[in-house]
Amino acid sequence: MNFLARHRIVLPIVSLAVLLAATFWMQPRAMSYFGVNLLFNLAVPIALATIAQMLIIMVNDIDLSTGAFVSLAACVTATLLNDAPLFGALVLAGLVLAYAVLGAVIHALALPAIVVTLGMSFVWGGLALVLLPSPGGASPGWIRTLMTVKPPLVPMAVVAAILIAAVTHLLVIRSGIGTMLRGVGGNARAVARSGGSVMRLKALAYGLAGLFNVLAGMALVGLTTSADANIALRYTLLSIAGVILGGGEFTGGKVSPTGAVIGALTLTLAASFLSFLRLSPDWQIGAQGAILILVLTARLLFTRRSGPA
Amino acid sequence: MRISTWLGGAALCAVAGSALAEAHMTDTSDARIALSNNYAGNSWRQAMLQSWEDVTGPAVEEGIVAAADAYTTSENQATEQAAQIQNMILQGYDAIVVNAASPTALNGAVKEACDAGIVVVSFDGIVTEPCAWRIAVDFHEMGRQEVEYLASRLPEGGNLLEIRGLAGVFVDDEISAGIHAGIEEFPQFEIAGSVHGDWAQDVAQKAVAGILPSLPEIVGVVTQGGDGYGAAEAIRAAGRDMPIIVLGNRQDEMLWWQQQRDESGYETISLSIAPGVSTLAFWVAQQILAGEEVPKDLTVPFLTVTQDTLDETLANTPEGSVANVEYSLEDAQAVIAEAQGEM
Repeated sequence: MNFLARHRIVLPIVSLAVLLAATFWMQPRAMSYFGVNLLFNLAVPIALATIAQMLIIMVNDIDLSTGAFVSLAACVTATLLNDAPLFGALVLAGLVLAYAVLGAVIHALALPAIVVTLGMSFVWGGLALVLLPSPGGASPGWIRTLMTVKPPLVPMAVVAAILIAAVTHLLVIRSGIGTMLRGVGGNARAVARSGGSVMRLKALAYGLAGLFNVLAGMALVGLTTSADANIALRYTLLSIAGVILGGGEFTGGKVSPTGAVIGALTLTLAASFLSFLRLSPDWQIGAQGAILILVLTARLLFTRRSGPA
Repeated sequence: MRISTWLGGAALCAVAGSALAEAHMTDTSDARIALSNNYAGNSWRQAMLQSWEDVTGPAVEEGIVAAADAYTTSENQATEQAAQIQNMILQGYDAIVVNAASPTALNGAVKEACDAGIVVVSFDGIVTEPCAWRIAVDFHEMGRQEVEYLASRLPEGGNLLEIRGLAGVFVDDEISAGIHAGIEEFPQFEIAGSVHGDWAQDVAQKAVAGILPSLPEIVGVVTQGGDGYGAAEAIRAAGRDMPIIVLGNRQDEMLWWQQQRDESGYETISLSIAPGVSTLAFWVAQQILAGEEVPKDLTVPFLTVTQDTLDETLANTPEGSVANVEYSLEDAQAVIAEAQGEM
């Protein structure tokens, strides 16, 4: 195994660094405390949603309801949590629990996660519309304060990204339960034979994913100050792309929390970079895809070369 | 002696300073203005972007402003537009003109822009953040004027058919409320039936054809734009007398009106918002940068086509498009002056 294959985190870091250098070169104004924060603050909720997606991918499933669920969490935050904090918190906790139950059901009935989560995305979307039929609501003051805080030296967006990466790294890579969870993705039967309850583990993975999605919704409302039922629909694809960009794989429990956070930052930065290029909007989606393919090709080339040999 | 000269000089400076402030002559030739747009996928938005280019291009050449760049997000999503606005802050624009994907979800980014000293002017899709300016269309008044016109044509009143827009959208509620306010004002009219035409000719045609058999004689049709031609087709197919249909400035509607006028002397009125409102927003932003005291809420007049202006308007409207008008600096100053009078 060569260096890059052994340290799959290197490629995402290099991609982000190259893109960041190019952005700073094009837009020197971005190279400041204020600039970096503006570039990355909207990446914080995306990073949280990407971690959530990573937890689902870790157990060999995929979540197509991320966007709708984060939108719902944002709507709850902007309405219930703001008007009646206790009740709002209960509802958010209920949403996390619903995710855990979903994980258990998917395992117990051997349902394909892709179908269940796609179906649930309409349920979440509908609930969000019931709660907030027209855009509105307001961010609870403390979330707004938290998302616009100006820590010394390093901007909030960077502090948050490091914090998210560190916490999830400890949880998923270092802790015993994290190893078990990754084991479900790697070899569920082995986990079951060694006495672990795969159902409980899957429920845990989904529950944690629900928690991070709820955090993503809250962070988003803190930034936008209000919500609407469609506010985060893009997050489904962004989160999947972020996981893969960050060195994760769809099967086998091979994921990297730090990589996922870096992937989310890279995707956000790529959009800004293309906007600074003044590329026509018709080309922007294509160009975003091209950046994604470029990184994945690079990864494949490096890992293939090291191959089984 | 010395001190008095110095004082005199200072006084002179103060006088000159205040005179300058009154004349609002701040130079904007270094100012850069950006257009943040969330969607370009229909004829109205295309016309809007074209108008922006047609008006800001010469303004840049004449040196009124340094740049007026238009940006459209690749997807119609509020989060993407929020990122776009934050990028504009980094690009160092002095003013951002925005047609917003959401009235509230951009407020965070708009606040960031305001805090960075950037002038934010929203139009059509306006934002609620108090630090931004809003150029809104008085849809309520548009609905009321439709009934007012019918009252001028049909003093004895009668039954009306109302064609509404897309259910659950703010604009639909506003126009309809205006129409009902007009009915209260002119009680000789009564709404005999109401259907949703979704601002599309084909949907309107189907809906009207469905409700017609259950209706008494109709003297007028009040619409929201994009639905007048469909209504006319349905009524013609049913073999009924053609009522007065208030139209919405679409090219196909005006073409039909012209044909009817030439055949039978048909008379009506047509009103809607002009996509060129983007250029009004541009001039308002320029005026704010120039130091003009502009109220935060402005109302844009809607574009009315009458019997007299039909031929001219139709000739200037491309096929499949919407009647448009571009605003000049003087138009913007007039709108601002009117709003200042109301303050």
